[in-house]
Amino acid sequence: MDWDAFWLSIQLALWTVALLLPVSVFLGRMLAYRRFAGKSAIEALVMLPLVLPPTVLGFYLLVALGAESPLGRGWEALFGGPLVFSFEGLVVASVLFNLPFAIQPAQRGFEAVPSDIRDAAACCGMSPLTALRKVELPLAWPGVLTGMVLTFAHTLGEFGIVLLVGGSIPGETRTVAISIYDKVQAFDMDGAARMSATLLVISMATIALTFWLSARAGRRLS
Amino acid sequence: MMSLQVSVRSSAPIPIDVVFEVAAGELMALVGPSGAGKSTVLRVIAGLHGPETGQVAVAGTTWLDTTRGVDMPVHRRKVGVVFQSYALFPQMSALANVMAAGASEVEARRLLALVRLDGLETRRPAALSGGQQQRVAVARALARQPEVLLLDEPFSAVDRATREDLYQEIAALRSHLDMPVILVTHDLEEARQLADRIVVMDQGAVLRAGPVDEVLIDPAVLRGMGLREAGSTLGAHIAAQEEDGLTRLEAATGPIWLPRIDGEIGTPVRVRIMAHDVILSRDLPAGLSALNALPCVVDSITPGEGPGAMVRLCVGQEVLLARITRRSVDALALRPGETCHAVLKSMAVARSNVRPR
Repeated sequence: MDWDAFWLSIQLALWTVALLLPVSVFLGRMLAYRRFAGKSAIEALVMLPLVLPPTVLGFYLLVALGAESPLGRGWEALFGGPLVFSFEGLVVASVLFNLPFAIQPAQRGFEAVPSDIRDAAACCGMSPLTALRKVELPLAWPGVLTGMVLTFAHTLGEFGIVLLVGGSIPGETRTVAISIYDKVQAFDMDGAARMSATLLVISMATIALTFWLSARAGRRLS
Repeated sequence: MMSLQVSVRSSAPIPIDVVFEVAAGELMALVGPSGAGKSTVLRVIAGLHGPETGQVAVAGTTWLDTTRGVDMPVHRRKVGVVFQSYALFPQMSALANVMAAGASEVEARRLLALVRLDGLETRRPAALSGGQQQRVAVARALARQPEVLLLDEPFSAVDRATREDLYQEIAALRSHLDMPVILVTHDLEEARQLADRIVVMDQGAVLRAGPVDEVLIDPAVLRGMGLREAGSTLGAHIAAQEEDGLTRLEAATGPIWLPRIDGEIGTPVRVRIMAHDVILSRDLPAGLSALNALPCVVDSITPGEGPGAMVRLCVGQEVLLARITRRSVDALALRPGETCHAVLKSMAVARSNVRPR
């Protein structure tokens, strides 16, 4: 068992969730309630990682974050190390790749809050931020949480992007999925089987949790 | 003076062009068929909809003035709204719903008691009946300490019996309401029972505005609103309680017998008489089971689009409406200025249509 890889994957997943939580609340809410020019374009862009092969996205990120790019140079000047083939680079890639998994369920969650209940919150004298805290989030949280659970699970299993942006540096970028691949390459089938089984259990628990949450949300709003 | 002044002109979502004013303590009904723009006007007042041009001023404070670029955000307007669906917060108890509008717990309990919901404070909306939810919504709207109270078809989601109860409830609350109140409804009867003044809207414009009794006998209003609800009110006082269960009322033009109306001799009452319950006769009818025949003068005749016609009659100083066929108008040769008798079955007047003045 490569516990280092598990621990790294969990760290990556937690960072991704922490960074995507505020993004999913504000972007999901905006896409659910506002009408503005370019909304469809933003929705399409958010969905793009779902249809794009991870290796393609990984390739573009490698180029965009690499030492040759302005972003990569800027990062290196600031922090003294490259962004690609580092844990930080993985976090950036993971956040981008998980946008649809985080934002879509959050958006559905906010859409499920009836508009007259939001109107009522404003008419009760709640500022937009108070209404978000006292009315919208208490009703939309199952959607937001579903997005976070999906993001967490998805990050644990991601392979293509991690390999391209991070490579396979033990303790830095070698995540569970990479570790399993490396084990198979080294004919360590038992090790690969143990790690795969662990990942399978985690994934199934995740799906059970999301189903339970959406059923709960449905009951609540009926 | 805490009056509300509204003027709205807008071309979307539907064309609207209305101007009106509601005084403090006055309940104005905004009546019209669905799609007339009533709810949109309400949303403009609350700040939930921005019209192309409009002014809303409450108690001297400008909430909206498109010409000066003033548009106070919804949550800063001291407005109480009872939504058609009530829009209670489903995750909160009745008490928490009322407190969400800014009331202290003590105040919220007082308001819930005011709408007779004491004992149900901890219930969530899903565990309350439609009528109870409506009353929580009223309490929540009052908890905002509103300078304007807006009721958006608040009775449309409850059954007829509950509705009658809630009318009583609102009527009883009136003494606590010192702000302008607007009731949006498509039900003329509801407006008649609750409002001081009516503004009738049709296709975004004001069709007629004025005191309830005047507006409800206007033929143009009746055409717009449907004739089934047409009727008029006569003033009278209780003259005698008779042995066979009838009450004799004395109106300006003579006696009217109706099923027993409780009250002291001399109590003034107003009787609503539906236009389709009135029969017209040129001569004083004889050999008829109907007990009441009121001498009157034809004021105007408005033919309808179908076979009917609305006849407006003067009974002394008051107005009576009769809805009869155009064929009868011809057969009786009715013309403005002619005299006739309005015949009314005693049993046709429902008890709820007799109210103390």
